[in-house]
Amino acid sequence: MRGRRIRFNLVNLFLWLLGGGLLAFAAFGSFLTLVEGRIQPSQWQSLVIAGIALGSVYALIALGYTLVYGILFMINFAHGEVFMWGAFTAFFAATALNDAGLMVSNPVLAFFLVLATSMLVSMLVAIMLERIAYRPLRGAPRLVPLITAIGASLFLQYTARGFYGSGVRAYPDYTLFDGTISIGFLSLSVKQAVVILAAVGLMLALYVFINRTRTGRAMRAVSEDKDVAAMMGINVDRIIVTTFAIGGLLAGAAGILYTLIFNQVLFFMGFLPGIKAFTAAVLGGIGNVIGAALGGLILGVVEQLGPNLFLSGYGVPSPNQLKDVIAFSVLVLVLIFRPSGLLGRKENT
Amino acid sequence: MSTLLRRALMMGLFGGIAGVHVSLVGIVNTFQTRDLIADIVTIGSVLPMLIAIMVGWLAGSTPKHIPRPSGSTTLVHGAMAGGVVGVVLAALALLVDSVSLTWILVNARPQLANILYFEQGPGLGSVILIAGGVLLGVAGAGLHLLPRTIARALAISGVVTIIAALMEPFVGAVLRNVELRAIEGFLYQSGGLTVQGFILVFVLIAAGIYGWAKRGDRAKARVAAMPPDRRRAGKLIAYGVLFAILLILPQIVGQRLSEVVGTVGIYILLGLGLNIVVGFAGLLDLGYVAFFAVGAYTTALLTSPASPVLNPELPFWGALPFVIMAAALVGLAVGAPVLRLRGDYLAIVTLGFGEIAREIFKSAWAQPVTGGAQGILSVPEPLPFTRDPQSIYYPILFFCIIAAIAATRLAASRVGRAWNAMREDESVAEATGINTVKYKLLAFSLGAAFGCLSGAFFGTKIGVVFPDSFNILVSINALALIVLGGMGNIAGVMVGALVLVGLPELLREFAEYRLLIYGVVLVVMMILRPEGLLPSRSRRVELHDVSDEDDDDMYTDEAGIDTGRPVVST
Repeated sequence: MRGRRIRFNLVNLFLWLLGGGLLAFAAFGSFLTLVEGRIQPSQWQSLVIAGIALGSVYALIALGYTLVYGILFMINFAHGEVFMWGAFTAFFAATALNDAGLMVSNPVLAFFLVLATSMLVSMLVAIMLERIAYRPLRGAPRLVPLITAIGASLFLQYTARGFYGSGVRAYPDYTLFDGTISIGFLSLSVKQAVVILAAVGLMLALYVFINRTRTGRAMRAVSEDKDVAAMMGINVDRIIVTTFAIGGLLAGAAGILYTLIFNQVLFFMGFLPGIKAFTAAVLGGIGNVIGAALGGLILGVVEQLGPNLFLSGYGVPSPNQLKDVIAFSVLVLVLIFRPSGLLGRKENT
Repeated sequence: MSTLLRRALMMGLFGGIAGVHVSLVGIVNTFQTRDLIADIVTIGSVLPMLIAIMVGWLAGSTPKHIPRPSGSTTLVHGAMAGGVVGVVLAALALLVDSVSLTWILVNARPQLANILYFEQGPGLGSVILIAGGVLLGVAGAGLHLLPRTIARALAISGVVTIIAALMEPFVGAVLRNVELRAIEGFLYQSGGLTVQGFILVFVLIAAGIYGWAKRGDRAKARVAAMPPDRRRAGKLIAYGVLFAILLILPQIVGQRLSEVVGTVGIYILLGLGLNIVVGFAGLLDLGYVAFFAVGAYTTALLTSPASPVLNPELPFWGALPFVIMAAALVGLAVGAPVLRLRGDYLAIVTLGFGEIAREIFKSAWAQPVTGGAQGILSVPEPLPFTRDPQSIYYPILFFCIIAAIAATRLAASRVGRAWNAMREDESVAEATGINTVKYKLLAFSLGAAFGCLSGAFFGTKIGVVFPDSFNILVSINALALIVLGGMGNIAGVMVGALVLVGLPELLREFAEYRLLIYGVVLVVMMILRPEGLLPSRSRRVELHDVSDEDDDDMYTDEAGIDTGRPVVST
């Protein structure tokens, strides 16, 4: 018994040293950067705003991970691909509407049409994913659905590649969201404002849906205890499909917002945002809806600020190449120090 | 409408969707250039036919709880299902022909409609398509009416014949190499099988399989009846013959195929290593590519004259000990942070590690050491002669054999049993006194050693090391091949590597759809046969004797394996 405790302490000691080392490295780097004053305050400000815009997209995707995990305790690895399909749909819908002239004559209607189609398609993809790939494996050991999810992810990715081609397609730059807004000393582009507002609106709608509607209550009940919920007359299968559908809707919206920021679509584009959104969900506490939103925002800001803040002080050349490394290091740090996430319950590890 | 009829129609619809998918992804177009029978049938137009046959077969099958309908009903169901496939594909062809969709779907070209119509124009073409669907559906359903052994022989030999047609350039090359041009001329014509070749291959394979089904059991019984020492002798002879074939393989198959065999060997090494981590110890490592990358980079740094720092220009074999040392270190570095994580969390974090490794190797920050995005050029070859694929094959073969023996012995050892216990239930394993920290780190380090070795060969075989060769897809590749072959089984790894790495390397048409196929393989295997094609013996017993439900399988961490069996009750 005593030997066991000592061994565990050694592991913990190692992990704490590793985590502490990373944190100290980041802190010292920030100190150096700030002392040297390499970057102007206005640049910091625009980095933070870009981070918030990116983070709100991550948050929307992370909600899909968290909702599904809360109910099925599985990581829907293919969720990034649901997002990618939304982005592609948005691209085609926008191109079609632009050719039809609606983008110019009635831009607001056009935007909402594009949003609606891409959300719808992502929702369909998510529902089919659940029906075909995951439902036959309900109750199987945990790694089996995960491997299935990896397979489904590859399938969706390379189907998109076959259907739509392997090249990057540049999103036509519509004049609708050009320009900048200044609020006091803050200035942000209209695109960023649209992204942030749309994301916040959707998250509020989700919050209301989960807490105020019958279906939302049923979802919460299923995530507490599937068997008891079934005994109370809740159709668990239907709730699970609903959950995937909602995750798909949010991912579709994330898809169009992401293309607004980056202006291009590619079949591989779902991979990194998917993993990062998962990181965001873990950071906020997986299974926790508000946590996912918070985690997304934090991760977005860290990813944008991090390379410049932590690394440029050490004189690292082109630190922005390493922003994904920083995002993943956040994941590792969270899992070392607080595996249940910022807002997660203790037993959710 | 009866249940079975509705089922048949649903099958037809799914088959039709599958056909639309295959067409729009571009597989039909791609395989249009290859012939099944030279100048008569192309592989591209065979694909929809295959789908119709398969759908007919599925529609003719009956679920367990429904009594089997009469033969004619079965055929009718098959016809309906096949017909639905035909109708859906005809609709697709009509759509592609009449509306221009190429700005969305790059493969929806008129050429696709033309292939689907068998180049007969819309009117006659759609009639052929639908009628053909009905006929092939009947044929598929008809397989149920034949004796099981014959149906099986026909189905398998059909698939083998198609593969034989696809392999035309390679089988042809081998036949030329061993001076059997006459056979080549008889079987093949540019692009595909000849008519007589097609018939011959089909009949021979079907007869062989039928014969084995009839007589195989008796042969097996005779082997089982032999005294143990003779059986062992027989085994040794079999291994000896296999080894001899492996030794002369490069000479038989020639340059191009040796190259492919070398790649398969590298992936076998990689798969054996990942198999230790995932199959034996049950730790799903998705960042396995990190080990592969470290192996390749260590080799390149120590051997290449173009290495940016400290270029000692060691020979390949001098660098190997350092590669193994680096592997052990990296295994510990990856293993230690994830010690407390279980299952899916571990998978995602290791995936993150894989990406971190690649990004760091690629970044401008690491450029003074790793060469950044340009990588490291001119990695020397392992044997002092030449870098020809026929000579590099031997060191790879050597290490594959060593690795296979090591993995087999490990699985049977105390360590293997500890891993086994840990995989089944970590808490129970810990409670029975297994030092899980130690065994997890051991699994990671050994897996890393195999992975690094594989990476070292990869670097030296290609001669250059680029950061972008080490993306997530390498990990997925390795995972797919052990899942297909059967987790925890050495022979399974080899079969998986042959099928998933060897075949796509041979068929350049497949290369583009390789990952699509991997995705399908992973999903289908997990749903239908989670134990893999060649499951290890313990798993087969576990999965098929304990209970009839196929759901439970190797990673029974929470559900427990005995769900289908009554627990001891009071």
